Amino acid sequence: MKQRATVLLGSAFVALAALAFAATRVIAADKVDPVADAKAFQNFFFQKFPNVKHEDFVNGPYSMNEDMKRQWQEKEEFPPYEFALDAGKEMFSTPFKNGKTYADCFPNGGIGIRQNYPYFDEKEGKVVTLELALNRCREANGEAPYSYVKDEMASLTAYMAYTSRGRPMDIKIPDDPRALAAYENGKRYFYTRRGQMNFSCASCHVQSPGERIRAETLAPALGILNAMPIYRSEWSGMGTTSRRFVTCNSQTRAVPLEPQSDEYRDVEYFLSYVANGLPISGPGARP
Amino acid sequence: MKRSLALAMLLVLSLAPSARAANEADYKAAYAAAEAASKEAAGMRNQWTVTVSALAAARKAADGGDFDRAVAAAREAEALAKASIFQATSEKEAWKAMEIR
Repeated sequence: MKQRATVLLGSAFVALAALAFAATRVIAADKVDPVADAKAFQNFFFQKFPNVKHEDFVNGPYSMNEDMKRQWQEKEEFPPYEFALDAGKEMFSTPFKNGKTYADCFPNGGIGIRQNYPYFDEKEGKVVTLELALNRCREANGEAPYSYVKDEMASLTAYMAYTSRGRPMDIKIPDDPRALAAYENGKRYFYTRRGQMNFSCASCHVQSPGERIRAETLAPALGILNAMPIYRSEWSGMGTTSRRFVTCNSQTRAVPLEPQSDEYRDVEYFLSYVANGLPISGPGARP
Repeated sequence: MKRSLALAMLLVLSLAPSARAANEADYKAAYAAAEAASKEAAGMRNQWTVTVSALAAARKAADGGDFDRAVAAAREAEALAKASIFQATSEKEAWKAMEIR
């Protein structure tokens, strides 16, 4: 009888210990840990594609296919984004009606700072992207904001990205629960399935990079924003990060959100943060 | 000949109840249900483009007086909207299974 009670007590203790261990694991898994996330995210791609140089991931589909890469390298001699780049440079240095310029709105006169965007604005309590900062600069100087998806906005961001080429992405998450919440919200958005096709961003860019959807080779998620903005042959023109998100949503048959909505700002924050250390390569060109 | 005629009449009579054309009231009821589900999906930030298209098709058919088609499109819109609500609800937790850890 005593022996049976000891066995029962022992079993109960083991069960409790197992429960406590499992509970700790669940809490640990749900804790927001951007540093661990970024490490796991990068390792996933480095292990999945061991022959791709780490800094090459920012070249999207060209890092996945040698033939495409050679064609792209030849195209880079006369890149299709060159007109946008020239226009952006001119726009950037042309004063507003009040005499000020974009340089007055940004640190270091706006040169070589692309790698620090988006950032978390502790005053506002939200993520601020480069596109948003540019339009806020315009509005603060009495100018009408530009469309977030193409043309002028793409030209301006193309020029700013060009001045940062080769610099490693350097996104900070301040010690602020709102910043962590924004990061987590972006992560959730990235992995959440949506649209009639039931696709998440990760369905294409984590599960299937290098594979084809019709004629398109899918880019890896790692470093996908380092090349923005991009000239896309499919668009016959330039497009911003906002345009990329809107298009991706439409392709899964989800109604896109408004450009620079909180969700888009947060997913840009997440994707940029996990690409920390990889070089800025924008403006880019894509099929 | 007589037998064929009787069979044909029987066939027509047997189909008659299900072949009643939809009217405006049927359309309005079907559209209201679809619109309510669609608004719920939009509130969850998970509207589908196909739902919007089906609702537009229902309105267009109703404007042209084709209530059969209008009701069918409205019912399709409602089904799509409900599927998008289900997706948004299940994804509240399901997304974690896709996360790289």
